[in-house]
Amino acid sequence: MSTDRHDISVTVNGTVYRRNVEARLLLSDFLRHDLLLAGTHVGCEHGVCGACTVIYDGVAIRSCLTFAAQTDGHDIMTVEGLGTPENLHPLQEAMRECHGLQCGYCTPGVLMTMKVFLEETPSPDEAQIREALSGNLCRCTGYQHIVEAVQLAAQRLQHPSSLQHPTQK
Amino acid sequence: MKPAPFKYVAAHTLAQALALKAEYGDEARFLAGGQSLVPTMNFRLTQPAVLIDINPVEECAGVRKANGSQVRIGALTRYRVLERDPATARDLPLIAEALPHIAHPQIRNRGTIGGNLAHADPASELPAIVTALGGRLHVQSRSGERWIAAADFFVGALTTALEPDEMLTEIELPVAEPKSGSCFIEVSRRRGDFALIGVACTVQLDEDGECEDARIALCNAGETPIFAKEAAQSLIGRIVDADAVDQAAALVQGGIDPGGSIHASKDFQKHLAGVLTKRALNSANERARASAERSPT
Amino acid sequence: MSTRQFGAPVRRNEDARLLSGQALFVDDVELPNMMYAAFLRANVAHGRINAIDVTAARAREGVIAVYTAGDLEQYWAPGPVLVPPPPIAGVVFNARTQVPMAKDKVRHVGEALAVVLAESRYIAEDALNDIDVDIEALPAVVDLEQAVMADSATVHDDVRGNIAAHVRQTRGNYAAAKAKAAHVASRRFHYDHGASSPIETRGIVARWDARAGQLTIWDTTQAPVFLRNGLAGWFGLSERQVRVIAPFVGGGFGPKIMMFYPEEVVVPWAALKHNRPVKWIEDRLEHFFATTQERGQTHDAEIALDADGRILGVKDVFLHDTGAYNPYGLTVPINSQCTLLGPYVIPNYDSTFTAVFTNKPIVTPYRGAGRQHGVFVIERLLDIAARDLNIDRAEIRRRNLIPADAFPYNNEIIYQDFAPLSYDSGNYEPILDKAIELIGYKSFFTEEQPKLRAQGRFVGLGIACYVEGTGIGPYEGAKVQIQNNGKVNVATGIGTQGQGHFTSFAQIVADQLGVAVPDVDVITGDTDQFYWGAGTFASRGAVVAGNAVNEAALAVRKKVLKIAAEHFECAEEDLEIGNGQVSVVGVPGQSVKLGTLAMKANPMRGAVKPGTEPGLESTQYFGPPSGATASGVHAMIVEVDPQTFTLQVLKYVVVHDCGTVINPLILAGQIHGGVAQGIGNAFYEQLVFDSDGQLLNASLADYLLPTSLEVPHIETAHTVTPSPLNPLGIKGAGEAGAIPVGPLFAQAIEDALGLADKKIDLLEIPLSPNRLFELITR
Repeated sequence: MSTDRHDISVTVNGTVYRRNVEARLLLSDFLRHDLLLAGTHVGCEHGVCGACTVIYDGVAIRSCLTFAAQTDGHDIMTVEGLGTPENLHPLQEAMRECHGLQCGYCTPGVLMTMKVFLEETPSPDEAQIREALSGNLCRCTGYQHIVEAVQLAAQRLQHPSSLQHPTQK
Repeated sequence: MKPAPFKYVAAHTLAQALALKAEYGDEARFLAGGQSLVPTMNFRLTQPAVLIDINPVEECAGVRKANGSQVRIGALTRYRVLERDPATARDLPLIAEALPHIAHPQIRNRGTIGGNLAHADPASELPAIVTALGGRLHVQSRSGERWIAAADFFVGALTTALEPDEMLTEIELPVAEPKSGSCFIEVSRRRGDFALIGVACTVQLDEDGECEDARIALCNAGETPIFAKEAAQSLIGRIVDADAVDQAAALVQGGIDPGGSIHASKDFQKHLAGVLTKRALNSANERARASAERSPT
Repeated sequence: MSTRQFGAPVRRNEDARLLSGQALFVDDVELPNMMYAAFLRANVAHGRINAIDVTAARAREGVIAVYTAGDLEQYWAPGPVLVPPPPIAGVVFNARTQVPMAKDKVRHVGEALAVVLAESRYIAEDALNDIDVDIEALPAVVDLEQAVMADSATVHDDVRGNIAAHVRQTRGNYAAAKAKAAHVASRRFHYDHGASSPIETRGIVARWDARAGQLTIWDTTQAPVFLRNGLAGWFGLSERQVRVIAPFVGGGFGPKIMMFYPEEVVVPWAALKHNRPVKWIEDRLEHFFATTQERGQTHDAEIALDADGRILGVKDVFLHDTGAYNPYGLTVPINSQCTLLGPYVIPNYDSTFTAVFTNKPIVTPYRGAGRQHGVFVIERLLDIAARDLNIDRAEIRRRNLIPADAFPYNNEIIYQDFAPLSYDSGNYEPILDKAIELIGYKSFFTEEQPKLRAQGRFVGLGIACYVEGTGIGPYEGAKVQIQNNGKVNVATGIGTQGQGHFTSFAQIVADQLGVAVPDVDVITGDTDQFYWGAGTFASRGAVVAGNAVNEAALAVRKKVLKIAAEHFECAEEDLEIGNGQVSVVGVPGQSVKLGTLAMKANPMRGAVKPGTEPGLESTQYFGPPSGATASGVHAMIVEVDPQTFTLQVLKYVVVHDCGTVINPLILAGQIHGGVAQGIGNAFYEQLVFDSDGQLLNASLADYLLPTSLEVPHIETAHTVTPSPLNPLGIKGAGEAGAIPVGPLFAQAIEDALGLADKKIDLLEIPLSPNRLFELITR
């Protein structure tokens, strides 16, 4: 079969990219290896681990279950669009403070999921956070510090002046 | 784990989608949410020659009330839309109760109702619910359209009554009535996993608090969602008490032949079917009673 | 003087990059002209290879080459035995190690048969389907007890009975102890451990620069130095020609220490052969076969006690599944054998194991590394004895704890590090007391459990003790250097997979050199930066490399004081180090920045005194005489649905003693993560093989890693008994969380469901709703 290719124009982190992609190219591979946005990680390629989660038209999705060809005209945000090492997003800052990451491999997917979650659920309780986090597997942290980080980020995003660490009450 | 090559075609209207399916037939698969299809493609267990992307077909997405007693859900409606629609809990409480059990938030953000039903995984929640509710599925092709009763739609594991040129476009479900109660309950290994066994049921009470109508369906109890007709009928005309529930549960257990898996033996599945049927019926009955108290005739 | 960083919950240096997607992982390495590798893997567990036809695959557009075992010519060889057997009298050890690609026989599903090199991974996978394989299937060796029968099929034709190893270790005289015992209890136990499943699978990128004569390998390995030296030898290169970089690695947990994985030979070989970079990234399906795992042991164990419940002796005979090859020697079963002894006085011990070849993937250490198996046996034996003797479960443990004044405590058998199993220090009773207090032991049994039981709720409590041998030798090293900009470079040879070494090592240096933690730039896992050391395993990174870092920082501190004393023409005692500078005590304004001193120590002109080393730099090594023994107690309250057998953990407590703590935040994270993996092992994760050796659940949809909904909130507390074996007094903590979770679950579930009354023992791990149903209704 001759290779089926498609022209796409997709906005990623505010930048419009025009590319010609093979039909079967997974969005995760497109982001990582064509656009060199390698912050989006790949853990299972069957939609279970959540490491590849990106924000697609405002919604958290698995990039390993979407084809790049489908993204023509759509808007994507990856971890690179959330904050830089010098200017971390409050969620990233809270993850750092609460030690919400160890190897850091699942972290970009966690951040993408939690960013949208906090926009929809600005004052979540622990049960809601755990439910929202359940589609992101983490093998290092046991999740507890991630949950604390999301609580702290929620506080800060709601009340930017609040700097208190939940474990330092 | 990269998919085999295929031809990708995006359909922007229903007419386009149906024309493409008519052209490619069995060679083509519709790509809706892709949350079941794409994993199997990445494992190369499925290698369709053509993918018809129907995500752009906006006319097939959304929920509407057909008349007072029916809700119609466009096949491309994503789970997240139902999750966030306050009408879901009111009109389709069974679906509302099942949604948190369907995989995880990112999957529900993308997965579609029609995609799930057309995939026809017997372990999945929605096929059992649509069966329990006695829903109808609207399918269209370039040459026509038809309605298929849920009980007739699922013909085997991952197999439906859809013809090669047909597309599932809409699902019609009855709105929950006064003096009725429903319950969906399942046991899975982790939340979000497929059910080891799941039970969906509805109980409609009459003026005297006796069961006027009941419907029970199970997921992962056989090759298709299992409609436990005999068990449900055993309740009709009776007070849904412990005896009645026990009898119905025994009938459910006697009428299923689950496949067994590494997560649950056939015996355990049968055991769970009994336990969950009782729990679901008790809960649905209680809810129906509560509903009756809220809406006296 | 600035605040002490050692012991503080310091935020991690590495996090900003990880959080913003800027950290380099192996699959992030992009090189021009790269080839992408995919391996064809055996789909039968045991079979003789008749033919492999790659003609069609070679002809596919976009395929550069396809190779099978024969193409490797002189580079085809079995891998080394990484860990030879310890010096134990009478040990039998039949080494059979993995090969780069199978040549005559395949011995487990997933063993590599051929490699495709293509312009993309997509095309490489297409070409795998073009390869025609003719394998004559042989009976698969799967069940341990059948494997050792004389008439069993053999994984290795020349190893009858599939005996990979046979080891007996004894202390005292068990038979005599048993003869005196008031009570003896024996059971058969089965403990199955699983796949480590880091979220990042393995991966390798290899680049051969022919002009420079330089082979560079990015690898997810936990042991970069050994890999470099080994590969240099393999390909006839000088060690300086090979650079192994373990960049950020997405979790390891043991299996990434294994070498040489077939891909670790074939991928560099292909890069050398083609003079083109090659990338291979293991996919999740491959991970279930191609990466090592842990699995099962079957123990026939017996405990002898006096009437007060004091242990007189334990006898244990067990079979250990080592898989198709045994490159990692006896580490896992020796750990089981040794760790069974736990924190208890067991004066008489008779333990024999047989390691068995099977047609399953290779077994090497995975977090806990066999310790779980041993702890399960002793903890369950104690539960059974407590019940038989009508002694409280916590009390029987207390009565048997090694007393605080008995350390160092010698168990008189040999440990995995070849040294006698001697516990360096410990104080066990306060740990048990603390756990009892935090879980609410007394009120649970007197109030909560009866109250909930009356409401029809089935809750139970478990409590389990363990020790963990950590921080074993041989040694690690570190180089510490103050740069001209005043910041400090630290390099060590270990790899890091999320343990926070970039921060904990920086904390050690920050205190010694008076700089801020973010100003210490730690690099691990790059052999061009440091090429001595063994690797990250056995909860040893912080202990062994941490102490090497401390020694090197101390040496640099001495150099700083010396040169500063010369600078100020004062005595070293009059100087203090802090805030990135050296100051004369009590003389305001008399200070010099570390960077200035570094420049002074490396002048461009002038003469230096003979024997002077340039710069403010030192390389030091640390090797402990033996491992440091950490210990702990876990306690848990669980609620079980008596009809569906699903469960919910209501409360989870860990009290742990790992000596002096470098960073409590990092330590808590290690504990939480370990417990999560322990919970997975106890109730969710199981590698299910059928009788043909086929793995039935090779996906994350069916191999059930715990999610945020299965792992409860974990309460942690610590006691501190410093190790006398290293100057920092630290003990390892990496594996502790995972070790005692199995017996905890078994005990708590038994309690919740009142199984003692039904004469049902839970003698196996993992458990599951299905298994509980089978055990309880049979």
